[in-house]
Amino acid sequence: MATVDEPRAESPARRRQAGGREPRRGQASSHCPMATGGVAAPAGRRRLAGVLLLLLCLAALAFPWVFRLPYHRDLVIRVFLYAMLAQAWNILAGYCGQISLGHAVFFGTGAYASTMLQMRWGWNPWVGLVAGIPVAVALSLAIGSPCFRLRGHYFAIATIAIGEIVQTLAINWDFIGGARGLTLPFQKDSLLAFQFHTSKYPYYYIVLALLILCLLVSWRIEGTRLGYYFRAIREDPEAAQSVGIPITRYKLIAMAISAAFVSAGGSFYAQYVLYLDPDSVLPLSLSILICLLAVVGGVGTLWGPLVGAALLIPLSEFTRIQFGGTGRAVDLLIYGALLTLVAVFQPAGLVGLLRRWQRR
Amino acid sequence: MALLTVEGITKRFGGLVANHNISFAVEQGEIVGLIGPNGAGKSTLFDVITGYYRPDAGEVRFDRHGLVGRRPDQVNRLGIGRTFQKLRPFHAMTVLENVMVAAMRHQADPSAARREALSYLEFVELLDKRDSYARDLSTGQRKRLELARAMATRPRLLLLDEVTGGVDQRTIPTLVQLIGRLREQGLTLVVIEHNMRVIMSISDRIVALHLGEVIADGPPSEVVKERRLIEAYLGDAFVVPSGERLPSGESSRGNA
Repeated sequence: MATVDEPRAESPARRRQAGGREPRRGQASSHCPMATGGVAAPAGRRRLAGVLLLLLCLAALAFPWVFRLPYHRDLVIRVFLYAMLAQAWNILAGYCGQISLGHAVFFGTGAYASTMLQMRWGWNPWVGLVAGIPVAVALSLAIGSPCFRLRGHYFAIATIAIGEIVQTLAINWDFIGGARGLTLPFQKDSLLAFQFHTSKYPYYYIVLALLILCLLVSWRIEGTRLGYYFRAIREDPEAAQSVGIPITRYKLIAMAISAAFVSAGGSFYAQYVLYLDPDSVLPLSLSILICLLAVVGGVGTLWGPLVGAALLIPLSEFTRIQFGGTGRAVDLLIYGALLTLVAVFQPAGLVGLLRRWQRR
Repeated sequence: MALLTVEGITKRFGGLVANHNISFAVEQGEIVGLIGPNGAGKSTLFDVITGYYRPDAGEVRFDRHGLVGRRPDQVNRLGIGRTFQKLRPFHAMTVLENVMVAAMRHQADPSAARREALSYLEFVELLDKRDSYARDLSTGQRKRLELARAMATRPRLLLLDEVTGGVDQRTIPTLVQLIGRLREQGLTLVVIEHNMRVIMSISDRIVALHLGEVIADGPPSEVVKERRLIEAYLGDAFVVPSGERLPSGESSRGNA
């Protein structure tokens, strides 16, 4: 082994002596003929992403002082929650290329786990939120192990089927409330009890913290071996294997990270709404919405899911206000139209569109 | 002991026998050319060796390890790199990232992997294309990219599937030179190649397949005289009874 490696192992070192640290520092400089495309752009983009993330944090922290209506705050809480779910989905589907249409399963797992632990055994909801995560991760691995044998559309179809099975089971399982659902016990406002009735601020900051954590994790993944391996698996699983990547293991890692965040989102939702039933936390429509937000915003990008949620969630609220009960499906019509446009003209979503303009 | 030993490999697809009882060995430092007409079972054999297909019978040994039953990534980790006949670059990744991913098997740190990847890109003369997306490369460039990517996993044995296939004539000498330089680095190579002039000049030994079976195994100068090989490629009308003269002038006898 060593005899084979030596001549090649030597040459990067030699280059480093000769050229200094040029390749790293000069990413956007003149020695690179295609400075605007390829690696230079992602690296610069990564720095930009860091700055944007910071700005977002600041803006978000100030937000409750700007918008004082509870309705607006509720809307933003929903945007952040769905953005977080879509970003978690994006880790598996966008980066790693495994399209799941069953993510409501993990949302429901988180919601039911924290609620049941609280109602049956009196666990603190925060502990319930944390305890729900390993349950969802275990479930995700149990689902992933057989399903990752399937490629492309077949994997997506399998996840739809599993989502439907889990919802049906939940409807018929009386222990967890069956179709009637669960109403969480009403408690006094406190951070410890994870309930706030006089103001929505605390919910706002909790979901914001979850979103930022999810974005940070995604951002970190993008810049490490994990992110490179995910993209290689998305691009070509067979070729990824040929360079020594155990693809099933890495798909499971992506699935587990994704499920963990979605589960936390489910627990948050249960505490926020204080009521859950299979129809609200396990429906196929939720799985599809999560996917849709990421797709419209930009699959496989750091900002796509947030952009998608920021656009589509208020849109659906707006149509509900405008058309009331008579226009219940108007938001779906608009979603459908947007999705068609994205699929036809800009598969990289709105973020991809912005990048294209930026390049001009 | 041989570095790679293929022992009685049989692979069937339904009623089709793609590989039938194939046996040969590759010594350390050797370049073995694998030839045969389309459908002879060459690429299937590569897929069997590297774990993409499980053979119906037989065993493959690499440096005392049995390879049958191992996954492709495990085979790679033992020290076998490969390229694909139907090229499989990571399209939406840049040339540099393509090679970095492979180098990350040893270097988890992206900047270290990046430095190593750059040295392989220099080796295959793709340094100036490092920031292009793989999908924007020409076929010849993609072949070199796949070579760099396979090398970045630091293999001891490289399986190259159709090095010059689909590449324009002017690029062929560059690729042939590259293979020569791989040998200088101490790599052992098995090369599938259709271009007879190329394969005869670079190989130490030729293994010829026809309809899934080995029909010739030996130095190029001897293999070209093999009656069954000429039959396989050109039909029996071209077989010169004495075996003295090659039809078509594709290769000369003295070049090995």
